[in-house]
Amino acid sequence: MTAAPAPSPITFPHRHLLGIDQLSPADIVSLLDLADGFVDINRQVEKKLSTLRGRTQINLFFEASTRTQSSFELAGKRLGADVMNMSVGSSSVKKGETLLDTAVTLHAMHPDLIVVRHHSAGAVELLARKVGCSVVNAGDGAHEHPTQALLDALTMRRHKGRLQGLTVAICGDILHSRVARSNILLLSAVGARVRLVAPSTLLPAGIERTGVEIYTDLGTGIRDADVVMMLRLQRERMQGALVPSVREYFHYFGLDAAKLALARPDAIVMHPGPMNRGVEIDSDVADGPQSVIREQVEMGVAVRMAVLEALARNLPNA
Amino acid sequence: MAVWGSPERFERERVAPVGFHNARLVDPSTGRDEIGGLLVRKGRIADIGSHLSAETFPEDAEIVDAGGKVVAPGLVDMRVFTGEPGFEHRETIASASRAAAAGGVTTMVCMPDTDPVIDDVALVDYVQRLARGTSIVRVRPMAGLTKDLNGVEISEIGLLSEAGAVAFTNGRRPITNAQTMRRALTYARDFDALIVHHPEDPDLVGEGVMHEGETATRLGLPGIPAEAETVMLSRDLKLVGLAGGRYHAGQLSAAASLKTLRRAKDKNLPVTAGVSINNLTLNENDVGAYRTFVKLSPPLRTEDDRLGLVEALSEGLIDVIVSSHDPQDVETKRHPFAEAEDGAIGLETLLAAALRLYHSGDVPLIRLIDAMSTRPAGLLGLEGGSLEAGKPADIIFFDPDMPWIVKVDELSSRSKNTPFEDARMQGRVLRTIVAGRTVYDYGSR
Repeated sequence: MTAAPAPSPITFPHRHLLGIDQLSPADIVSLLDLADGFVDINRQVEKKLSTLRGRTQINLFFEASTRTQSSFELAGKRLGADVMNMSVGSSSVKKGETLLDTAVTLHAMHPDLIVVRHHSAGAVELLARKVGCSVVNAGDGAHEHPTQALLDALTMRRHKGRLQGLTVAICGDILHSRVARSNILLLSAVGARVRLVAPSTLLPAGIERTGVEIYTDLGTGIRDADVVMMLRLQRERMQGALVPSVREYFHYFGLDAAKLALARPDAIVMHPGPMNRGVEIDSDVADGPQSVIREQVEMGVAVRMAVLEALARNLPNA
Repeated sequence: MAVWGSPERFERERVAPVGFHNARLVDPSTGRDEIGGLLVRKGRIADIGSHLSAETFPEDAEIVDAGGKVVAPGLVDMRVFTGEPGFEHRETIASASRAAAAGGVTTMVCMPDTDPVIDDVALVDYVQRLARGTSIVRVRPMAGLTKDLNGVEISEIGLLSEAGAVAFTNGRRPITNAQTMRRALTYARDFDALIVHHPEDPDLVGEGVMHEGETATRLGLPGIPAEAETVMLSRDLKLVGLAGGRYHAGQLSAAASLKTLRRAKDKNLPVTAGVSINNLTLNENDVGAYRTFVKLSPPLRTEDDRLGLVEALSEGLIDVIVSSHDPQDVETKRHPFAEAEDGAIGLETLLAAALRLYHSGDVPLIRLIDAMSTRPAGLLGLEGGSLEAGKPADIIFFDPDMPWIVKVDELSSRSKNTPFEDARMQGRVLRTIVAGRTVYDYGSR
């Protein structure tokens, strides 16, 4: 086993990670610092740590997600925890059990950490109030996805050397995106300039009051940006009169090389995945030299290890 | 009449200059109403004003002594149904354009209610290409606001605008789903696109076929209450307040709608309204003995409604007059009243019928021209609607007093469903010029 990185001098004063909203800028920085150390460990041959030995982690996914669930699973295992995955297809939730009954049942199994994804905003917080262990929000409705925002920030910081003063354009379906909301909170907290780029139908009401700049034209919105973050557009959006067609969406809001040329020459391109190539992003850009999309996945494991460890420090008997 | 192809191409051809002198120049875009001259050269208005007389025109110009009659910007008709594509037996773009030229309409805005529906870039291209080859006046397509006018999925407003669609409408079919309407307005705002709606609640229309009231009851026909219009108009105007897109109520019919419209305009919402020439000059009594040619949507309403609309037009609360030209043939019109299709032709009688309001003293001439030319051109972002030097030479020369009788056989439209059959008119188009070229000349009929 590898030696754990030296514990960060800053304590993490939270029992759960439910959202970026609860974090101070100092909390964010200490999580990113911790994660930086795990990146190095994850690149070694020997990746296994013992920080969470004896701990039980349950990944409770009410909404399917290969990427996030496996990232959390790997993070827990590398820290030495016993990890169990529960997905909705194989659980009693399908049989009509309420969220709170599920929480009580799980609680009786004495887990130390529960990682939850749910399709309803606020569901993770509701569950957190009913269990005795630490809860990590892995995405609740269109509310928050804090570990995604943290991994995005880590990726940006490693490329740009800083977060403060960066111009970050978040583009696409803001309306339905928890990734966008967590990113807005995090980036604003650390002093980055956030721009949102979307057709007005995909912008939630009142978003302009969160201190962001709004653009309905991609070219103007990403001009001189340091970071261009594309969001996934669900194809179902065509039915609800939000967007007319893939053709029109890609024409105006799809990121291709010509539009990307308007951003800073050293701008990085990000995407939380899974990508819709030819809808919000062109393959040339997704696989191009400015793309850091694959690196985001790598940062995801490191950030989740940092979150799990920070929470575990506050667990009883720790 | 010969077809020369695209009015847009006229400017590049060599057309002799035309000079009008001793004309009453009526130009709402500048407020001009004075006696003077106007010179057309190379498809554009070269000069205008009281300083122009026959002697000042170039030697090669055709000189017209207007005899004090009116020269005004050509009419822009925002609501024209042609039958092309899909219903060519009722009207083609070519036959509609001849009717337009004879009526002083230099730009027809075609509705997307065709078969197939104009809801795709390729179809907008097709209509424009067809018009370039066959129309003697300018043709601008409106595109469907929703795909196949289904009222659910919005069409490609951005790409369609780039292709040449001047506005977006669901045609005869209202958008009943408020959420769709909200999102369409929101989406259209990003492109500054104009949405033209037919605010008439289909559930309140129900089986109705004419204005609900005593006349309908006497005739034994199911009625359409004014609320069919006011309810949906109120909804639409509230949604404009929420979403902010540019909204134009295509045709209002009820005086009760005007209060709602005024409130929205007072709040500076991006809202405008139109009215059909039929609702300005006819009323429910014209249904008479079940005349299907006045079965219209929205229906003709009471005389009080008509007077209210005329007053609103005069003060500018109602912005635009449309012909609502809607060709129907015997197969759709020669039926019992309730079973006949809605719609009447109107391109050729638009100006003459509108002049009734001038002769009655209700609406000043300059305001009528404004409502049929300058305002619609402005709403649609078109270059016409003005006599200013440098503007396209889309001009009408008309005698506001000449009496004539509408003879169905003399109309250019392929369909003959005019509500003004055998009506006495006062005022006649003498000449229509599109891009500098005469496309209609009363003297050489």
